[in-house]
Order: sequence, then structure tokens, then C-alpha cells
Amino acid sequence: MPPDIEAIAEQVFVALADPSRRAILAALASGGPATATDLAGRLPITRQAIAKHLALLAEAGLVTAEPGERRRVRYRLRSAPMQVAQQFLAALARDWDGPLDALRDHLSR
Amino acid sequence: MGFPDRIERVVDIAHPPAKVWAALTTAEGLGSWFGNQATIDLRPGGSAQMTWTGGHTADMRVERVEEPTVFGFTWHIYGLPDDDPRRTYVEFTLEPVGAGTRLTVVETGFAQLPEDAYRKAYDGNTQGWASELGELVDYLDAA
Repeated sequence: MPPDIEAIAEQVFVALADPSRRAILAALASGGPATATDLAGRLPITRQAIAKHLALLAEAGLVTAEPGERRRVRYRLRSAPMQVAQQFLAALARDWDGPLDALRDHLSR
Repeated sequence: MGFPDRIERVVDIAHPPAKVWAALTTAEGLGSWFGNQATIDLRPGGSAQMTWTGGHTADMRVERVEEPTVFGFTWHIYGLPDDDPRRTYVEFTLEPVGAGTRLTVVETGFAQLPEDAYRKAYDGNTQGWASELGELVDYLDAA
């Protein structure tokens, strides 16, 4: 496996560990691309803090900056790293113990 | 962090391989202990499907059929979008032990990343300036 798959997933989990960054990502997921000012109007987080978090998220590849109206930078969620993190979660969520117990019960009936 | 690629379980079952094989490879068996209903076309390349009363469905592609020792299939990685091409491979191996069966299940491929997904996930902003909605606007403007 490429060595960086783990690094990608880790960046997602680091990003999600902070409640302000979760709120920012959730706002971008539910409402689409937004500027730092838009986000400051919607979330109980200062514009300065939002700018700092957006810089970290962009660095990690979880959001991408694009030109918005009136020369304002808009941020858009990037789903690709999330899908890598989902793979990790899928492995943890794979339950073989339950079905194998059910198989044993089924054969014993 | 330890990205698990492979999950393995071994269970000893007090029934002979033929009986375990039937539970793993027939619609009746799969629909009893695994899904709530199942269909299976038991040959390499054949399709199988399990459905659950909650509405969830698992589509499988049969890969290996070596009665009564190896049964393998691939399926979609649960939790990923439906159009995601990645699949994990599940292989059941049956080994007679006394009057019973040692059943091993190995599922691999959780840490796979095809080249394009790797590029998408890793290389930052190549697509940042173009967006599907932007392309729609361009398309409508041009029409």
C-alpha cells in the first residue's frame, strides 16, 4: 500500500478532533463553498480563528481555496481524503465476529 | 496509526466441511445466517446478493469456488460511496478437523488505493479552480 494512505487518514482524524474544525467542515459539507466571512457569520467562531483553521485544513488538503465573488477567497470541501478515512473506518466497522457466531448458531439448529 | 488491510478470523465448527460449505455457498444458507435473503450464482464471475430487512443490500462477485475447501468473493467496501470502485476480497477456507471444520475467513483490501484515488486524495489543489458547478455555468453560458 502507498505509505501515505495512513498519513492522509491521520490528517483527516486530526482535523476532526477539533470541534471548531468539525463545525467548519460540517458547514462546508451542508452549505457548499463559503468564504471565511460567510463562515464567521454562521458559526460561533471568530473570523481570525476561522482563518487559522482554514489554513490548516487547506494545508492538509481537506479544503481547497478558489476565487469567489468580489475577489474573495472561497473554501470548498475536498472529499477525497475523507474517503480514505472512511476506508480506515470501514476496516474497524467490519464485523466478522457477529456473522460467524450466527453461522455457528445456524449450523447447530 | 496502523491502517488495517487484512482481517482474519478462525473458528472451529462442530460440523463437517460439506455442511459448512452449503451454509456459505447456497442462497438458503447465506439467507439464513448472514443476510435475511440471498441469491447466488456459484461460479467464478457469478453474482451473489444478500439483502437485509432494514433495506441494506450487499452485492458480491464470486471469485473462487473450490468445493469444499475455498470460497472467495469480492464486495463493495461498506461506508464508501456506491460508485466507488474499491472492493475487498473475502476468502473462506474450510479445513476438516476431526469430525468438524476449521473455518478461516480473511478479508483483504481495506488499505488499497487505486492510482487515481491516490492522486485525488494526495495531490492537493489540481482541481481546485475547476468545479462541477463552475463547469455547468460555463456550459449554460455557452448554450
